[in-house]
Amino acid sequence: MRLEARFTWLPTPVLSLLLFIVWLLLNNSVSAGHIVLAVILAIVIPLVVSPFRTKQPLIIKPGLALRHLLLVLYDIVTANVQVAILILGPTRKLTPGFVKVPLDLTHSTPITILASTVSLTPGTVSAEIYPWSENLIEGAEPEQVYLLIHVLNLTDEQALIKTIKQRYEAPLKEIFKC
Amino acid sequence: MIEWIISILLLIGGSFVLVGSIGLVKMPDFFMRLHGPTKATTLGMASLLTAAMVFFSTTQAGLSVKEILISLFLLLTAPISGYMMIKSAIHHKLDSIERTKGKDNIEDDC
Repeated sequence: MRLEARFTWLPTPVLSLLLFIVWLLLNNSVSAGHIVLAVILAIVIPLVVSPFRTKQPLIIKPGLALRHLLLVLYDIVTANVQVAILILGPTRKLTPGFVKVPLDLTHSTPITILASTVSLTPGTVSAEIYPWSENLIEGAEPEQVYLLIHVLNLTDEQALIKTIKQRYEAPLKEIFKC
Repeated sequence: MIEWIISILLLIGGSFVLVGSIGLVKMPDFFMRLHGPTKATTLGMASLLTAAMVFFSTTQAGLSVKEILISLFLLLTAPISGYMMIKSAIHHKLDSIERTKGKDNIEDDC
């Protein structure tokens, strides 16, 4: 896991890129003037706000991150269809359940991303992260972190845990190298 | 032709949002109710916004891409609001229906 960016004038490369894109989208134009303004904003805003921010781990493998994003988007589409079928089907047959997924991730940023993808993908909503701690303390002895999820229709607990760990957690570990 | 695409997208989007709302009414407990709005709605909104994008790009001058931003914000906020709601539900010890498995996985907070 790497916390410090390569260039000090660009503390958060991804955030800067996002700011650049969002500015152009908001203005709905790609004229030269807006591009220059977007570049200035994308560099100045992260520099100004960086003292307020806690250091986030940086994305080390952007290519893999992009591939993971596409995978998650595809899963969101299938998830929507699956949940729609489950909702329209008979309610009595649904067996909801709570499942505790042990995580290998330790930093809060990748865990947040994982929890959000779990919420958006088939039949699961992330509910809680154990152990109870407001922030996972840096440097302290890392405890085993659990993600509590609520499943709409629980059939095979072990298979579900395995899917989440392989499909969503493993790429995140690669992307952030932690 | 364009009109057909827009209509189909609107219909798909509308039906997914409707299914999400049906889930909200039909499900027996709070935790299951949360599944409808967090998921079925994302694709529904995405279709509606794509329809808006196609419509404004074809009827007005220039491309209209602001809608991508809306779906981006929706994708960011849907899981977080869902998480906040389910967290407070657990904190208030809301009842889940009896056949819920693994209830003992919920740790007690004090």
